[in-house]
Amino acid sequence: MTPRRRRLFWVLGIVAGVGLAGGLALRAFRENVMFYFDPSRIAAGEVKPGQRFRLGGMVEQGSLTRTPGSLEVRFVVTDFKHQVPVRYDKVLPDLFREGAGMVAHGRLDASGTFIADEVLAKHDEKYMPPEVARSLGQGGASSAAMPASGASAR
Amino acid sequence: MLVELGHYALILAMMLAGAQAFFGLAGPALGRERWRAAAASTACGQFVFVALAVGVLVHAFISNDFSVHYVAENSNSALPLFYRVTALWGAHEGSMLLWILVLTLWTMALLARSRHLPPTFAARSLGVLGLISFCFLLFTLATSNPFTRVIPAVPDGNDLNPVLQDPAFAIHPPILYMGYVGFSVSFALACAAMIEGRRDQQWAHWMRPWTVMAWAFLACGIALGSWWAYYELGWGGFWFWDPVENASFMPWLIGTALIHSLAVTDKRGLFKSWTLLLAVTAFSLSLIGTFLVRSGVLVSVHSFAADPSRGIFILALLVVMIGGALALYAWRAPLMKSSAGFDFISRESFLLFNNILLTIAAAVVFGGTLAPLIADTLGLGTLSVGPPYFNPSFLVPILPMLALVALGMHARWRRGGLGEAPRTLLLALGAALVLGLALSLGVYAHPLTLTPVGATLGVWIILSSLIDPIGRLRRGLKLPASVAGMSIAHIGLGVFVLGITFVQSNTIERDIALKPGESAQLGVYQFRYDGGQDIVGPNYEGFRGKVSITRNGAPVSVLFPEKRRYWVQGTVQTTAAIAPAFNRDLLAALGEDVGAGAWSLRLQYRPLIRFVWIGALIMAIGGVTAVIGRRQRGYAADGARLPLAAAAQPPPPGGLR
Repeated sequence: MTPRRRRLFWVLGIVAGVGLAGGLALRAFRENVMFYFDPSRIAAGEVKPGQRFRLGGMVEQGSLTRTPGSLEVRFVVTDFKHQVPVRYDKVLPDLFREGAGMVAHGRLDASGTFIADEVLAKHDEKYMPPEVARSLGQGGASSAAMPASGASAR
Repeated sequence: MLVELGHYALILAMMLAGAQAFFGLAGPALGRERWRAAAASTACGQFVFVALAVGVLVHAFISNDFSVHYVAENSNSALPLFYRVTALWGAHEGSMLLWILVLTLWTMALLARSRHLPPTFAARSLGVLGLISFCFLLFTLATSNPFTRVIPAVPDGNDLNPVLQDPAFAIHPPILYMGYVGFSVSFALACAAMIEGRRDQQWAHWMRPWTVMAWAFLACGIALGSWWAYYELGWGGFWFWDPVENASFMPWLIGTALIHSLAVTDKRGLFKSWTLLLAVTAFSLSLIGTFLVRSGVLVSVHSFAADPSRGIFILALLVVMIGGALALYAWRAPLMKSSAGFDFISRESFLLFNNILLTIAAAVVFGGTLAPLIADTLGLGTLSVGPPYFNPSFLVPILPMLALVALGMHARWRRGGLGEAPRTLLLALGAALVLGLALSLGVYAHPLTLTPVGATLGVWIILSSLIDPIGRLRRGLKLPASVAGMSIAHIGLGVFVLGITFVQSNTIERDIALKPGESAQLGVYQFRYDGGQDIVGPNYEGFRGKVSITRNGAPVSVLFPEKRRYWVQGTVQTTAAIAPAFNRDLLAALGEDVGAGAWSLRLQYRPLIRFVWIGALIMAIGGVTAVIGRRQRGYAADGARLPLAAAAQPPPPGGLR
């Protein structure tokens, strides 16, 4: 092999490797990226059936019910325009409470109930996730709601 | 009064940093010896004043001076003394101060070892470090001054965030910053080499120990952070691909590539411009990491209060520093040509593959971390990227890299293939296959296809790392520190791979509601909930449950997980209880009172999870071994292994060892 051909071989090999890795990463990215929807956009029918997504909003006051002695909880997430009922059967995070913001991962079932497989409630009771703040039409005002002390539990 | 003195000290430090940058860069450029010498003394002065400022702030915390806004926000008179000190880096302002203190510490270390550097080169490196320090001091003073007063003083402080009240957290940020910021030395040396337009590869020899030390610190820092998140955040995860974790992981990946490419540049004079680019990239990623964490653009577990003005300031800083360095690179890199060639199966080509694959891995993490930010900016919607993207994408470049590690260690430089190693290597591979399959199919039976692959690779890397040291010792040869260090670090990698493999595929996790006396089965372990009681701590109250674990009826451990409510901030915190062992961890965490006398519990069995952190620690030990041994033995010991390279480049009179 001449040095020139060897170099060509190297370059081709590297380009192929990088391309392969990039392609696979992009594929994994497209399949696994999760979009965020609030109750109003769900009501508008923007969610594809069976699509896994993130739901954000406030936990409606007085909506939390628990099946006694089991993990199953039901609550309603609202953006003060529309509501989505949520069902969850794992341990709720420390900062989850009624009247506070939360984000959940999961899917809608046929009846329109959101079956959550993960619920996140970050930061303290004054905090609202930025997306939720935007959904609620508070936009930039959310920074006022941010706590000075910040690291949250997960 | 004292607090104002601290503030002035910080302002003085900024002035001195500016002077250090000016003298360090202008002195050699204009050929003024006294300016050049002034770079060293201004650097010392800067260190003294930064240390003074830090001392003042520590004093304010210890003496509960709640007239200082930062202290009032992050401390409380009920907080134990130890945490009052570590609260210094509990939030943004103090973290920036710590960043600067660590930078000046590295600067002093470089100064202490700079006797062997050419004076102009040392001065230029100090100048670059001074420039970085100046920018960060300006940033701190302009947007996040920790010495701001609140008048009138508040009666008591807001307390340190409960999740940060922990011994591991006390040392995690300083060690992490030692790594993060340590890459600034590599960056400064690379910039100095580019400014001087050095055509030789001497700078690579000087850069190596600094890079390895920073890399080792970063490995320890990341492992500590992961360990802290594991037991303190309460839910037993040890890596979330969280933006802040990624921010420290990306420089580490590039740092790993840099160490390996430095080896090639140092020994053979190849990859010069690539090495420089990696040095610039590693530090740039540290800066981007700081930007991601500090500006609050990405919401994460760690995000502190966001302030848009800070974000814009750091962004400007990033553009200036990274842009400047890249411009310098574009201008000077063409000088750094190397003409030597190498065979397809040689150490060089293995290290080249290592570099390509690690860079791809870093790019995968980078893309996933920044995608939400980019999509949001472009109005493509709010999206999030999690483990389902990171896990498989990261494996694509990393698996082949792991497969090549075992071979690459034994490849000869330049030409000559694997020498006598292939037979031993094949034997090791066979043994690894048997052991790996036995582990993954026998001891930890699991259907995942990647489990036996990971187990085999882990064992193979460990065995392969042992071949060279054992061979040398059997022949009665000395074991050079560089070989010992490399072998130790690679053994650490193997241990780490084994840990990750089994913890990923054999973890059992259950969320369950239990009444007192009821139990749950996780693999061979039975967890029985025995009820609990209310408790009161120094600054919290809560509930402590009791979970007894048995294995086939024999008692294994009793765990006391807690749910705490901290009075000052009103935050509720889960304190998980863990029964650690060499080969597995058992974890119990309390959820909440679900009524009917039952509590929700999260129970976990995680095999070999300790291997993950121990592996990272062994890697760091390997790095430190190589650096320390190098100082004692000097260049000759390194060169002796490579008569060819040594002949091509006469050993330097001294050098940074």
